[in-house]
Amino acid sequence: MAAWLELDRLGLHESGTHIVEDVTLSLSAPRTVVLGPNGAGKSTLLRLIHGLLHPSNGALRWPRPLSQAMVFQRPAMLRTTAIANVIYGLKLRGHGANVRERRAVAALDHVGLAHLAQRPARLLSGGEQQRVALARAWALEPELLILDEPTASLDPASTREVERIVGEIAGAGARILMTTHNLGQARRMADEIVFIDRGRIVEQTPAEQFFSTPRTEAAQRFLQEEAP
Amino acid sequence: MTTLGDSFLTAWQLVAAADTQLGSIVWLSLRVSLAATLIACVVGMPVGALLAVGRFPGRRVLIVLFNGLMGLPPVVVGLLVYLLLSRAGPLGQFGLLFSPTAMIIAQAILVTPIVTALTRQVVADEWSEYREQLRSLGASRARAAATLLWDGRFSLTTAGLAGFGRAIAEVGAVMIVGGNIDGVTRVMTTTIALETSKGDLPLALALGFVLIAVVLSINAVAYALRGWAERRWG
Ligand SMILES: Nc1ncnc2c1ncn2[C@@H]1O[C@H](COP(=O)(O)OP(=O)(O)OP(=O)(O)O)[C@@H](O)[C@H]1O
Ligand SMILES: [Mg+2]
Repeated sequence: MAAWLELDRLGLHESGTHIVEDVTLSLSAPRTVVLGPNGAGKSTLLRLIHGLLHPSNGALRWPRPLSQAMVFQRPAMLRTTAIANVIYGLKLRGHGANVRERRAVAALDHVGLAHLAQRPARLLSGGEQQRVALARAWALEPELLILDEPTASLDPASTREVERIVGEIAGAGARILMTTHNLGQARRMADEIVFIDRGRIVEQTPAEQFFSTPRTEAAQRFLQEEAP
Repeated sequence: MTTLGDSFLTAWQLVAAADTQLGSIVWLSLRVSLAATLIACVVGMPVGALLAVGRFPGRRVLIVLFNGLMGLPPVVVGLLVYLLLSRAGPLGQFGLLFSPTAMIIAQAILVTPIVTALTRQVVADEWSEYREQLRSLGASRARAAATLLWDGRFSLTTAGLAGFGRAIAEVGAVMIVGGNIDGVTRVMTTTIALETSKGDLPLALALGFVLIAVVLSINAVAYALRGWAERRWG
């Protein structure tokens, strides 16, 4: 598989501390899940890749620039309807009114929220808001979808629903890069695991192998501690 | 005590009878302060939003400056506008001194920093919530500022109202640049000051009632609007 992103000695320093350090990584799997303990630098790494942060060292190399969308742990919804939130993203990308309308309706339908399209987005439940956020991302038809703990505060049913939606977006051809503290979710979603700790890459392993026989001791310990 | 009681009674009768002199003074007050507030909002809200989300040299200095200017003494603003508009001043040729326009200008200057600083605060709070999402979607800073102004529209009514409250209640600036000319530039606050010094308490009291009623009812409307917006949009 050809890599769609290569990180070359990527580093981010903030006021003397190394948040991400010396990350060299070649991402080629369609669905990559980044695992690691709290404060490992997962969110920071995702933000660097998405371009929300600029590296202090090293470089990102995109063999081909990919259009991206990102879904955050807590969805930020504007004070308007659910569908207007989806349309807003399309507007910023410069799509015309017809395309916006059509894609927004389709995206809300895909996430199972067509019936709530005209509801004020901020009054929806957490799970529903996260699905609106997924619809907003999906409508942009990204080639890379980045998700930072998208199900962190959702119940099991909503979590499964989000997983189904992400699976469909992947099925439509988007690469997926996400983090989670839910190992079951990582197992269900990942083709490949990137395990990081204290800002450094510890191992990068195909998912199946990571969960059966992780290569490093740190990962073994992590799996034991995180397992229910 | 009887005089005080009589004054209250007469004042109330003036209000109840919708006395024409009283009416024209109230109307001028509202016109001047609403116009000044409108100008302050048109200028101050975009500036406040850009100060909240922008990144440009001098931003911090401007924030401190606008916060400080919130406490501008009205008489000083009045004096400065007086100097600008007086016959020998740089804008003297327009002959605006002692006109309602001069009063609007003075109050707009007084109120713009208030609207700007309060808007910046509201938008900065929004920005910390939406920042990553908006940048992820590709919004420019100007676009983000516009989006957040709209998103915070109900909270921003407070900024506009604080400005209006300041404008309608101040005496010093309109007194100096308006001159308190009967039937031309006499507003509620300047009339109260004048009539009180002359000992004509009923008119002063009547205007005091109206002034308080205006301020209270505007705040009540704003409160209701925000409550409604909160329930409607979250
Ligand atoms: N702007 C910053 N300045 C200083 N330190 C920061 C900054 N941003 C993040 N950090 C630190 O960098 C480390 C990595 O943070 P990050 O949010 O990437 O961790 P994470 O792996 O996503 O953790 P979690 O699982 O809790 O979400 C943390 O120790 C955090 O405190
Ligand atoms: Mg995180």
